[in-house]
Formats: sequence, C-alpha cells, structure tokens
Amino acid sequence: MGIKWNEFFITGDPLILGSQIAIVLTMVGIVAGVTYLKKWKWLWSEWITTVDHKRIGIMYIISGVLMFFRGGMDGLLMKAQTSRPEMEFLDAQHYNEIFTTHGVIMILFMAMPMLIGIMNVVVPLQIGARDVAFPQLNALSFWLFFGGAMLFNISFVIGGSPDAGWTSYFPLAGKEFSPGIGNNYYAVALQIAGIGTLLSGINFVVTILKMRTKGMTLMKMPMFTWTSFIASVIIIAAFPIFTVALALMTFDRLYGAHFFTLSGGGLDMLWANLFWLWGHPEVYILVLPAFGIYSEIISTFSRKTLFGYKSMVLSILIIAFLSMVVWVHHFYTMGSGPAVNSIFSITTMAIAVPTGIKIFNWLFTMRKGRIKMTNAMLWSLAFVPCFIIGGVTGVMLGMGAADYQYHNTLFLVAHFHYTIIPGVVFAVFAALYYWWPKMFGFTLNEKIGRWHFWLFVIGFNATFMPMFFLGLDGAVRRSYTYSVESGFAPLFLVSAIGSVILALGFFAFCYNIYWSIRHADRNITGDPWNARTLEWATASPVQPYNFAKLPEVDGLDPFWKMKKNNEGLTIKDSDIEEIHMPSNSGLPFFMGVVFGVAGFFLVFEWHIAAAIAAIGIIAGLIYRSFDYDEGYHIPVDEIKETESKWRNVEGEVHNYVK
Amino acid sequence: MEKHTNRFPISHVLGFIFSLILTFGAAFIALKTNLSFKVIMWIIGTLAVLQAGIQLFMFMHLREGEDGKTNVINIIYGVFMTVVIVVGSIWVMSAGHATH
Ligand code: HEM
Ligand SMILES: [Cu+2]
Repeated sequence: MGIKWNEFFITGDPLILGSQIAIVLTMVGIVAGVTYLKKWKWLWSEWITTVDHKRIGIMYIISGVLMFFRGGMDGLLMKAQTSRPEMEFLDAQHYNEIFTTHGVIMILFMAMPMLIGIMNVVVPLQIGARDVAFPQLNALSFWLFFGGAMLFNISFVIGGSPDAGWTSYFPLAGKEFSPGIGNNYYAVALQIAGIGTLLSGINFVVTILKMRTKGMTLMKMPMFTWTSFIASVIIIAAFPIFTVALALMTFDRLYGAHFFTLSGGGLDMLWANLFWLWGHPEVYILVLPAFGIYSEIISTFSRKTLFGYKSMVLSILIIAFLSMVVWVHHFYTMGSGPAVNSIFSITTMAIAVPTGIKIFNWLFTMRKGRIKMTNAMLWSLAFVPCFIIGGVTGVMLGMGAADYQYHNTLFLVAHFHYTIIPGVVFAVFAALYYWWPKMFGFTLNEKIGRWHFWLFVIGFNATFMPMFFLGLDGAVRRSYTYSVESGFAPLFLVSAIGSVILALGFFAFCYNIYWSIRHADRNITGDPWNARTLEWATASPVQPYNFAKLPEVDGLDPFWKMKKNNEGLTIKDSDIEEIHMPSNSGLPFFMGVVFGVAGFFLVFEWHIAAAIAAIGIIAGLIYRSFDYDEGYHIPVDEIKETESKWRNVEGEVHNYVK
Repeated sequence: MEKHTNRFPISHVLGFIFSLILTFGAAFIALKTNLSFKVIMWIIGTLAVLQAGIQLFMFMHLREGEDGKTNVINIIYGVFMTVVIVVGSIWVMSAGHATH
C-alpha cells in the first residue's frame, strides 16, 4: 500500500504540535475522568446507545458547541494573521487550510448539528408525539454525522487538512493541483456526514407528516415545526446532489476518473454547478429552522399569537421553491452569458420578498405585545437589524452585473457572515436559552447571558462591518496577507479586535453553562416562560415518554388555550396506559465507527483496508435486517410515579424573567 | 414493527438485477464500443431513463400509495427537481462563455 509514515503525522509546525499535544492530553483526561468516576456503563447505556430523540438532540448540540469552538479558533487564527499587514504568523498554505476547515466545520459540523439537534429535541414535543418516526435511524443519523465530523477534524494532525476552500472548486481541488491527501478528507468525511443528514431529513418528514397528535392539522402546526418540515424536504431534495457530486469527486481523486478534471475532457465548472445546486438550498436548510425558532420566541415573549401565520407558511413555501433556482448567483463570473445571469439575478432578488414578509410578520407580532426582555428575546431582536444588513447586501450581490465588482472580495465574506451569524448562530443561542429548561430542567443565568449577548453582538458587528468596506476597497477573500501600501491596515485591525470581543462573548456563554449547571435552581415548572406550544405542556426535563397522555389540539397555540380554559392540564389515573418504547441499540454507534474507519482508510487510499472495513458496514446492515426487537413497555405504575413527581409541585420558581 | 411478511421480495430482487444490468450496460457501451459519440449519448440517455423508471416502480412504492393526492404532489415535486437539476445544469453549462 506504500504507506509514507513520515507524511502520516503532520510535523514541523509549532501550532500543530501544540494542538497534537493538547488533543492527546484531552483524550487521556477524558478516559481517565470517565474511568475514575466509573461512568463508562452509564455513558454506554444512557447516551451512546440511546434512541431517545431528546438525548440524541442533546448530543447533536454538544457536538455543535464543540465544533463552534474549533471553527471559532480557526476564525480567530485568521483574524490574528490579518490583523497587521505582512504578518508572519501563518503562512499561505496554513491560511488556506484554516479557512477551508473553518468554512466546512462551521456550516456542516456546527450549524447543521445545532439545528438538527434543536429539531430533535423540540419537534416531536411540539407535535405531541412520543418520538420521531424511526428512532433507531435517528441514532444512526447522529453517529454518521459524528463519524464524519471526527474524520474531518483529525485531518489537521494526521495527513494534512484540505486546502481548496469550503467550496473545493476544481481544478484546484483535483489530484493535479492538490496531490496530497488533504482533499480526500473533504470528499470522504462530508459524504459520511451527508448520509446522516439525509436520513435525518427523511426521518423528520415522516415524523411531521405521520405522527402529529390528534387535531393538529398541517395548518395548526407550530411555526418551528413548519420550518423544520420544509427544511427537511429541502434536505431530501438537495443532499443527494451533493452525495453524487462528492462521489464523482472521489472517483476523480482516488480512481483517476475525469468528471471534473480538465486534462481528461472533464468539466471543471460542473463541480461548481453541482456544488451550488446543493449549496444554496443548504443555506436555506440552515436559515428556515432558525426563522421558526424566532417565530416561537417572539410570539411567546410578546404574549401574542404569531402575526400572519398563513403568510408565514406561504413565504416559507416560496422560499423553498426559490431556493432551488438561484444557485448560479455564486458563479456569475464564470460567464454563462447574459441570459443565464439575468434570470438568476431575478430569481435571487425575488427571495427578498418572502423574507421581507417574514420580517414584517415578526415586527407586527411584537406590535402592542407585552414584550418580556429575556435573553432569548434579546437575540431575536438583535437578529432583525443584523439580518437585514446581510439581506440587503445580498440583494446587491444578487445583481449579476454588479457582482463582477464584489465577487471574491471581503464584501462577500462580510455579507454571508451577516446572514449566517444572525440567521443561524443568534437563533441557536436564542433557542438554547429558550429550550434549555426543557432539555435540562434549569434555566441559564440571565445576567451572565446579558454579558454573552452584548459581547457577542458588539464583537460580531465590529468584526464583520469593517469587512464590507475592505471588500469595496478591493481586499480579496482567502488572501493570507496584504501590503502596508494597500491602506487596509486600520480596518483589518478593528476587525481583529472585534473578533476578540466576539470570542469573549462565546466564553461568557460557556461560563454561563458552567455556572448554571452548578448553581441554577432546579425547582422549575414544565413551563417557565409562560409559553404557548405543546412542548411546555410536559415536565422539564422531559420524561422519556414525553406525554403520559397524548394531548389533543384544536388550533394554534394549543398549550396557551389549555392554560386559559384550564383544561387538559391535569391527568386522571384512569387515563394512564402502558407506553410502548423502542429499545436502545449499539448498532448505530457501531455503524458510525466502521464508517469512520473505512472512511479513514479511503482517505489514505488504502483500498484493501477500506474494503475490509466496509465489510463491517454490510454486516451492520444485515444484522439490522434480522433484528426483530419489539421494544418494551413502561408499566402504568412507573408512569404514575413519574407524573406525580412533576405535577402539582409546591413552591416552584417562577421569577426567571425579571 | 408488527407485520413481517414472509413473501419473497421478488420485485426488489428483479429491480436490483435490472439496475445492475443497465448500469454495467451503460458502462460497457460507453467504454468498450466504437459507436459515435452521438449514438452513445442517446443509448446511455435512454438507459438512464429506464433506470429511473425501474427505481420508481420497483423500489419507490409508486404503485402502493393509498393517498392519491400525496402521490401527485410527490411526483410533481420529483419532476420539478429533475428538470431543475438536469435541464438547469445543461443550460448553465452550455450557455455563454463557460464552454469555450
Ligand atoms: C466565530 C466567528 C467567526 C469568525 C471570526 C470568522 C472569520 C472568518 C474569516 C476571517 C474568514 C476568511 C476570510 C477570507 O477569505 O480570508 C471566514 C470564512 C468563512 N466563514 Fe467565518 N467566521 C466566523 C463565524 C462563521 C460562522 C458561524 C460560519 C457559518 C456557519 C462561518 C462560515 C464561513 C465560511 C463558509 C467561510 C468561507 C471559507 C472559504 O473561503 O472557503 N464563519 N470566516
Ligand atoms: Cu446562494
């Protein structure tokens, strides 16, 4: 197989040596810690093998936070490198690797798992279901995502990181110009994680279509469920394109095919075309659930039903449709000619209309509401102006003719950070503050949360606002340095300082989690925010079976009505029946591991080893086909006991919202 | 979970064999014959459409849906996606300077 061991571990860079040591120490620390606390069994039976949608959601969110840390470090390193002209902190190659891993990790391994995690926790509860449609498949989705993410993450210490940008355009990403194995990581790891995402999409479509509780018609679903549903539909439409494109890339890189390789008559720009056929819908997969999150939070803390529900649904549908027909706006400068560029300019700018409708609906929801300024609400408020800046600059970029000026500059980088950070990261923070009590049974501290909020929002604007002006002045993206004469230095410095403030905000968040785990009051109700949808009609944290008796619904904001009319809040002993639950399974974890191992061998082009590892995949599939486990039943007495623990508890804390 | 059918999944096996034949057939025609470029394109294009049909009927339960409306929506959506991806790509890649 011709293994070059000297190229296996990356050596010779002090930064990477430092991380290698840190990684080894962390792993030793974790193993030692778990062993010392005798938690292996607990870890295995409660988490690794779990098929409970809430736990899977929490594991997604934890991975997302870790990946945010990794991607954020990458961002800070880049900002440090460009803080002064002609800095010699990172060299060109290292900078290339860092923006590539930053982009991939932030989008696919931070934003996606965060949102899928929140969907996992919230959607089944909101529709009054006991789990997702296919619980074990859900676990498989998670472990495939996790396997892919880990495989991608080790690239910088073992074998070398991909360095052709998160878009990995050919011809640069081909064997000819990127002979190392770095880009194999891109092709293989994203493939594995992508399968997981596709399975999640299928799972949620089926769950939302088939598992809604009695009375909840489509037009009575909470807005977050709607947006998750449409996002899942887009996942099913778009991810297969990426799957195919990555497979073709793998053939080109590993087996000498020429789909995108010019030398053999391939079409390099076809990669860009396929990538963005997936890539643009992907950004809507991210932003739609986020829109749903804001809808829930704004309505809860304005004490009003969401304004314009029907127009909200309609605008999501229009966005979903348009998101499929705008992809060329990412490569106008390829030169497809005036007809193509004009059509795609029009479709692109048209997206501003449904998005604008949604913004107005949120504003009207707040109008005359009794607004409570919780942290979740603050993030939602900050989202509006920041996202509008991102949206307006997006319309500027959307004009094909004008894009020739902005293309490939930091103006674009500023634009998409202004859409994706308010559009996804703010939403994730808002959602975490909002649904944290549902997941863990205590709220995050509001005071520390204020620090988190202000530092992050100020830091974010200070980091990315200057980039608009740098871009207009001609600073190109993906460039590791610039000259003194360019005059870029002051704005770059402001931006670098901004990124430090932003990082402090993130640490305030981490500290908040730590503080709240240690000190927050555990004595809370199922409904700490006086909220409106069904997830609040049950305990916090939620019991494994979600609802002792499935709720019935006859309109929007069902829980609000239940509280108002004082019905359905209590449960009679006679209503309690045995509940059928799916059994835990180690198979999804096993599949994640073999996929990861097979992928690793494939990255290094050790084909025989990869083939042997792939036998494990087949074995797993066969095992699953003959697995007739029927699950188990929770007896009535146990349910009664669990229910009496959280219902009618005296002296609950109600004063989180000051 | 409750109902395991013991019926042999004949249509799945047949579908699987057909897809293999069509796939290898396409590869053979493209790589091992001396037909002109145009003829090859037509043949493998036809095989691709047949392949899609087999997938839809043998695996995608196209005939089984009780719910007609859902099926119609699904089919329209599928056709829309196919047109966007295939026709869209051909148009984008062949218009303007991109091909020169
Ligand atoms: C945490 C704060 C962040 C900082 C300081 C940051 C900073 C940067 C910088 C400096 C670049 C490269 C600019 C260049 O072309 O030279 C970049 C690129 C990028 N960022 Fe971020 N970013 C942050 C958060 C995010 C988030 C949350 C996402 C997505 C969810 C994201 C997605 C991307 C992508 C996709 C690229 C393009 C990578 C490429 O050129 O291939 N970033 N970011
Ligand atoms: Cu786009």
